[in-house]
Amino acid sequence: MNIAAAPTPEGGTAARGPLLDVQDVTKRFAGVTALDSVSFELGAGEVRALVGENGAGKSTLIKVITGVYRPEAGEVRYLDEPVSFGSPREAQVAGISTIYQEINLVPQMSAARNLFLGREPTNRVGLVDVRRMNADASDVLANYGVHVDPRKPLRELGVGVQQMVAIARAVTTDARVVIMDEPTSSLEPREVERLFEVIRILREQQVGVVYVSHKLDEIFAICDSVTVLRDGRRVHEGPVPELTKLRLVAVMLGRDVADVRESGRTRFTASHVQAAEPVLSARSLTRRHLLEDVDVDVRPGEVVGLAGLLGSGRSETVKAIFGAQAVDRGEVAVGGAPVKMGSPARALAAGVALLPEDRKAEGIVPDLSIRENILLAALPRLTRAGLVSDRKGDEIVEIFMRRLRIKAAGPAQKVRELSGGNQQKVLLARLLCLEPKVLLLDEPTRGIDVGAKAEVQGLIDELAQTGLGVVLISSELEEVAEGSDRVLVLQDGRIVARLAGEEISEEEIVSAISGGDDDTAQRPAP
Amino acid sequence: MSATPAAGDSLTRRFDARAAVRDQGVYVAVGALLAFNLLFTSNFASLDTLRLQLIQAVPVIIVALGMALVIATEGIDLSVGAVMALASAVVPLYLGYSVEVAIAMALVCGVAVGVLNGFMVAVVGIQPIVATLAVLVGGRGVALVLAEGRLTEIFDPTLTYLGSGRVLGVPFNVIVAAVLALLIGAMVRRTIIGRQLVAVGGNREASVLAGVPVKRTLFAVYVTSGVLAAIAGVLLTGRSGAANPAYIGLDYELFAITAVVVGGTPLTGGRIRVFGTVMGALLMQLVSTTLVSHNLTDSDRRIVTALIIVAAVTLQRSRRTT
Repeated sequence: MNIAAAPTPEGGTAARGPLLDVQDVTKRFAGVTALDSVSFELGAGEVRALVGENGAGKSTLIKVITGVYRPEAGEVRYLDEPVSFGSPREAQVAGISTIYQEINLVPQMSAARNLFLGREPTNRVGLVDVRRMNADASDVLANYGVHVDPRKPLRELGVGVQQMVAIARAVTTDARVVIMDEPTSSLEPREVERLFEVIRILREQQVGVVYVSHKLDEIFAICDSVTVLRDGRRVHEGPVPELTKLRLVAVMLGRDVADVRESGRTRFTASHVQAAEPVLSARSLTRRHLLEDVDVDVRPGEVVGLAGLLGSGRSETVKAIFGAQAVDRGEVAVGGAPVKMGSPARALAAGVALLPEDRKAEGIVPDLSIRENILLAALPRLTRAGLVSDRKGDEIVEIFMRRLRIKAAGPAQKVRELSGGNQQKVLLARLLCLEPKVLLLDEPTRGIDVGAKAEVQGLIDELAQTGLGVVLISSELEEVAEGSDRVLVLQDGRIVARLAGEEISEEEIVSAISGGDDDTAQRPAP
Repeated sequence: MSATPAAGDSLTRRFDARAAVRDQGVYVAVGALLAFNLLFTSNFASLDTLRLQLIQAVPVIIVALGMALVIATEGIDLSVGAVMALASAVVPLYLGYSVEVAIAMALVCGVAVGVLNGFMVAVVGIQPIVATLAVLVGGRGVALVLAEGRLTEIFDPTLTYLGSGRVLGVPFNVIVAAVLALLIGAMVRRTIIGRQLVAVGGNREASVLAGVPVKRTLFAVYVTSGVLAAIAGVLLTGRSGAANPAYIGLDYELFAITAVVVGGTPLTGGRIRVFGTVMGALLMQLVSTTLVSHNLTDSDRRIVTALIIVAAVTLQRSRRTT
């Protein structure tokens, strides 16, 4: 693949030179340099990975390109012309489309309306031609392998489909450059494959793609070249095939390759000491269409991984244990004592805590402070004579902000202003200050940067060592395989395999997931 | 992608200016209006006038306190005016037993409506605006039926005292409003339910998963709102010396919402300003006085009110999230 096609002076047409040419851009915020003389080139038909830890400057760079921020120095050239977009919308009109991690769609409106929002086909009298719009939407979505009724409200269509609609929307606006910010964070493996096909089509159509992702596998599967930012500077740029994963991680973290190799790619260490009696025992969890006789036992100090494809019942299992998912049948006991089903408050009181999958929708209260977010579940414990003790609360907040290394201006900062990794730590602090016996972690490292990810993984290990029982869900097989003492593999709401000790490997899990049903054997490109 | 810490800082900084106007604007506006009237409005600079401003703002303040709680949970309570009418209609029916019984029954009406609203919103899951709109329409109807469509004059010394009495020169109902404001303020800051109700408004799903008793919280805020509206209804009945369910509390839901919004509590929930709400009610009262004493009409008052609401809501628009 032609990497950053060299500008040819006699070229004339835009497609000859780089599509996008960011030259020595510097952006400062109140004295802090977010981008320090960063250059970035994207050629037509190039898929460029943009990677770096949180705070490295990825989002600032994207925002400079799309006109959210104006750089202090340097310039952005697009199609050989210097540009300075006034807003992301102007950039989009010019042909630079951005798909954000948090899907920017209108959940109440139909898939078709979302797809054509702002450019609806009209009939002769200027009204929206709904029939044509729906038919067009059907066709467009079918191209992306999505076969749904486009008249359905988007929120009824599942996160994966929503993401595909967002991508289809961006691509069908005649984009020359498509910026994808963690596009796979809510896709299941098959949808990831489909997305890759779409990206390949874009590449053939000479569209330039900027691919922001934390997932190394994806970068090696689909990207031609990679730009690595660290602390606002470009620390590496080059073709992907010349790199190894290890080297890439080393560049991102700014550490020696040897260090990285030593600690492994995830932060998990060896297995944990296990006591005999389970601290958590769930029996015959059953819910029509969702769960069928799921049994889960967790001993103190043990990390039990739940593996399976999206929709296999992983999240439903932990939610059922926590009382946030109604069940038709089933029992949960903590330390031998039965817990009333269907009540998160009872589960919390019994010592079971859940880190929900969807951090934004189910986890943080964005407009409240870090402090209030951490203490939200603990308030009843901080109360004497009906009044909440601020002093005790402050102590707890301080301890956990330090212990989890939450980076923020202070406990009063609003959680919405924090990075994904720090938001996740706030949620972990909310659970840990309850002194739980069992932690149910649903995708604890999704959408957070490599550094925070390693910290969270290290923390899970540490917690297990102190005797907590942990249930770990992760879409990243590597994480489940390396982090778990035992792995339960789910398929269609049933446990289809139980792996322990030496049996645990990515290959084993994949074969268990695909066991019996051949076309589920697919997984994201290795 | 999450914002870099640097970007976060700059956003906070940039929006701090707007936040300052949003948070302090109502105090500045009240101060400015007071100063303007003291300088340019004849007869304003007297104890009696100032006292009158407070007395007239009291019912709105009390109702708005409850409204603020409801709005903080991302709800709204349109039934408050109807509750005031109901409370007023009930008073003469039970005055025959004793004034205490009559007041108690009025408050029971507030509780009952609150429970009904809470049930519809928390248990049935009806949208607050629809649920309480039904009560707004129906409640006053019931009040009129109870009062047989009439105005009933009331000559009860206790009620008159509640409405017009003074303690050391301070109107009794102003004291009631102040105590209630302090109680609600303490509730929001120091009690579990006060802390939780903001979280419920900020992210209901997250609150459920954090073990917050969301339904109980919603019940509590609607009941509180109902009781406060009933108290306002009783005070107003006492002051006017008559139970007049056709007029008492008319449009109060709008006055209260205005006070809450102008006071800095966003309609999108997740945030509450108790003192701001009190100031919001005072501001609207001062605006009305200023315009009337400078010979402007009620229509002018409405237009100015509208402008203030628009300004307040504009300031509160949450920033674009990209």
